[in-house]
Amino acid sequence: MTISGLQGSLDAGRFVVTAEIGPPRSCEVERLREMARMLRGWAHAFNLTDNQAANVRMSSIASSLICLQEGLEPVMQMTCRDRNRIAMQSDVIGASALGIRNVLCISGDHQTFGNHPQAKNVYDIDSIQQLMVLRRLREGANWSGEALPEPPQLYLGAAANPFADPFEFRARRLARKAEAGAQFIQTQCVLDLERFRSFMQMVVGMGLHEEVHVIAGVIPLRSHKAALFMKNKVAGMSVPDEVVERLRRASDPKEEGIRLCVETIQELSGIKGVHGVHITAIAWEDIIPRLVSESGIRP
Amino acid sequence: MIIAERKPLPEVLGMLDGSNEILVLGCRSCTAICLAGGEKESKALCEALALHSELKGKGWKVETLTVERACEREFLDPLVGFSGTVVSMACGVGAQVVQDICPDARTVPGVNTSNMGAPEGIGAFMEKCAGCGDCILHLTAGICPIARCAKSLMNGPCGGSQNGRCEVSPDLPCAWDQIVMALERQGRTELLAVNIPPRDWRPSRNGGPRRIVNPEAAAGEAQRAWREGR
Repeated sequence: MTISGLQGSLDAGRFVVTAEIGPPRSCEVERLREMARMLRGWAHAFNLTDNQAANVRMSSIASSLICLQEGLEPVMQMTCRDRNRIAMQSDVIGASALGIRNVLCISGDHQTFGNHPQAKNVYDIDSIQQLMVLRRLREGANWSGEALPEPPQLYLGAAANPFADPFEFRARRLARKAEAGAQFIQTQCVLDLERFRSFMQMVVGMGLHEEVHVIAGVIPLRSHKAALFMKNKVAGMSVPDEVVERLRRASDPKEEGIRLCVETIQELSGIKGVHGVHITAIAWEDIIPRLVSESGIRP
Repeated sequence: MIIAERKPLPEVLGMLDGSNEILVLGCRSCTAICLAGGEKESKALCEALALHSELKGKGWKVETLTVERACEREFLDPLVGFSGTVVSMACGVGAQVVQDICPDARTVPGVNTSNMGAPEGIGAFMEKCAGCGDCILHLTAGICPIARCAKSLMNGPCGGSQNGRCEVSPDLPCAWDQIVMALERQGRTELLAVNIPPRDWRPSRNGGPRRIVNPEAAAGEAQRAWREGR
């Protein structure tokens, strides 16, 4: 059964595009609607982040609904940092009732990174357990086993970071996420193609590309400083020195960053087991149409 | 053991207004080993308080006493009847047992009680156990992910683990990196393929304050009481 448009495209074997939209920090509904209208048609689905980097923003449920109203298909991100299993199930039932179908299950950036480092975190369950809970919910029972007369309709996703350690464990962890209920995987942004290729070799070697759709992350970088920031400040990133150098030497670093991103997308589309790309253009969402169109992957 | 840290002197001074008789109570157990509240630290605080009292004309009568273990009543006999201010250099458990023994005393904490851990190098202490009430160390190569992973993850390292370090701080080892390495070393990688379902947190603090009864000891005591006609 096809639950969402994203699932339909992936199951039909199309190379999909997903893109990230960072919800506003306050009630800037019109700004979000404008962005949604600007991006409509440029990706199969759009991820609405859940208080990304542990900074307070409009909730992923509300912003997913606003995008839905504007004709976009949302992927609602949901972290284990801020919700216990009660809130998690309640929010997902609510989201599904509003028409939100795709849910990305993630543990979430630790709260010490964000603007409320004093907060207490939850972590009642982890992202694998979250997949187990939400799959059971979809199958018609809540985690305590009570039957649901009308279960939520969910297409479940998970994250994978091929650039985190221990490297050899990463494909196995992806397998465990698939076993727990993940139907699609969105990866951390790929700047280190070599390492990503060896990760995908492991994934394909284990036959996982036939169990779960892998969507590879990409990020357009505006300058070598942005590359250095990713390299030194963002947890679990791998940024090769060549990437930093290429941007440093460029006469127009912004254009070079776009070219680099387009090249990466094209490289990724040729890797066995990669079923799409996920574009994360942080605070640069208006570049997404150009990236998609120049890569020749418009939905 | 329980790991604690000394509170800064100005903070302790700020809690003592209105005191007359002050007892700095040290503990020879955990807080002595972690260099926060043993005899030496208690004497030092006692001297500092006496000096402060003299300089500021507070008129405090300051004394110090260090007991074997402040969390066990039998070691607290010398305190019975004390009704002044106790600056507890014992952990939060000790401080509360002292308060039970001396109901009229005013107990102020001289240390911040932090965690259950162990010494790791000179002067450094690392948290090891979260007291979660449902131990799974047999599944995780003897390394606790509840206490030692910043997110208490049960199913492997998050995407922030890099070069064996936790995303929260480069000073922190990633517990899951250690677990994966240890299970590989031990040839027990089959454990890395199994998903652990959501756990029951009731045995942890989430079921409310925990009261543990050892049935054998409780039955033995009941029997003794019966024999002695109590």
